[in-house]
Amino acid sequence: MGKNELLQLVDDSVNMQKLPKFKAGDNITVTYKIKEGNKERLQKFQGVVLQRVGSGPTETFTVRKLSGNVGVERIFPIASPFIEEIVVNKVGVVRRARIFYFRDLRGKKARIKEAKR
Amino acid sequence: MSGLLGKKIGMTSIYDEQGRNVPCTVIEAGPCVVSQVRTKEADGYEAIQLAFEDKKEKHTSKAMKGHFDKAKTTPKRYLAEFSRFEEKKSFGDILTVEVFNEGEFVDVVGTSKGKGFQGVVKRYNFRGVNDATHGQHNRLRAPGSIGASSYPSRVFKGMRMAGRTGGDRVKITNLQVMKIIPEKNVVVVKGAVPGPNNSLVILERWS
Repeated sequence: MGKNELLQLVDDSVNMQKLPKFKAGDNITVTYKIKEGNKERLQKFQGVVLQRVGSGPTETFTVRKLSGNVGVERIFPIASPFIEEIVVNKVGVVRRARIFYFRDLRGKKARIKEAKR
Repeated sequence: MSGLLGKKIGMTSIYDEQGRNVPCTVIEAGPCVVSQVRTKEADGYEAIQLAFEDKKEKHTSKAMKGHFDKAKTTPKRYLAEFSRFEEKKSFGDILTVEVFNEGEFVDVVGTSKGKGFQGVVKRYNFRGVNDATHGQHNRLRAPGSIGASSYPSRVFKGMRMAGRTGGDRVKITNLQVMKIIPEKNVVVVKGAVPGPNNSLVILERWS
């Protein structure tokens, strides 16, 4: 038996939700559960996907939004059971898999071309 | 105690009941054969010897072949002795991952990754010279003074200096067993385990 198969076996045991396809440059809304004491509530985070890193249950993605004038980034594990829903608002056209240059862009420059559907 | 020999497969992460992400190491452990039982009368101490992982017969010396034949088993690559074993195991018994239970804590012994000849900053976490200015040049990672002068006129034994780093036997204690897959001889423990992938690890449980 190949060694990676055993690792794969453990990876497969992690419950992966069905999430829509998205990549760097897309504008998405992540709805996630937040625990406050005993109460659970939902919170939304809308922004541009900067990158997807890793594979399997260890994969994560970074979403960046502007809150007022301050950039806010959140990293979500893709297998996290706290993610309720992901909605893809805009499919962006970017040439890179990781668009870190986007952090330095403000105003009119910080626009991403939308893909024709 | 109870124990097993195993092989480090690699790391991944799983989620617990609270939805927390838990970094884990996957270990292929056992089945191990009791290849020898040491007794007070014959050897002066009590221990059992476990054998793990098949190897080819042509890579086995005749002496070792005889050793494995006695235990009625195929030649194995790794042997290790465990003293103070919990259960009285007899010659030729086979131990599997079922000696462990999910949720309990185990110690894991491995050989850390070799780092080669390293300076004191990496090897002993010395701070080095924290200044690049104030008259310093090319001694940013230097160890500093290694002792006084005319008294004692020597460097004390055990003074921490640069040298071969890593490749040591390291024991990590109290790693929680997150998951056991008996059909595939897999143990998943929480956290990291010393050594590269595919290296030998020894799992121990002390009760």
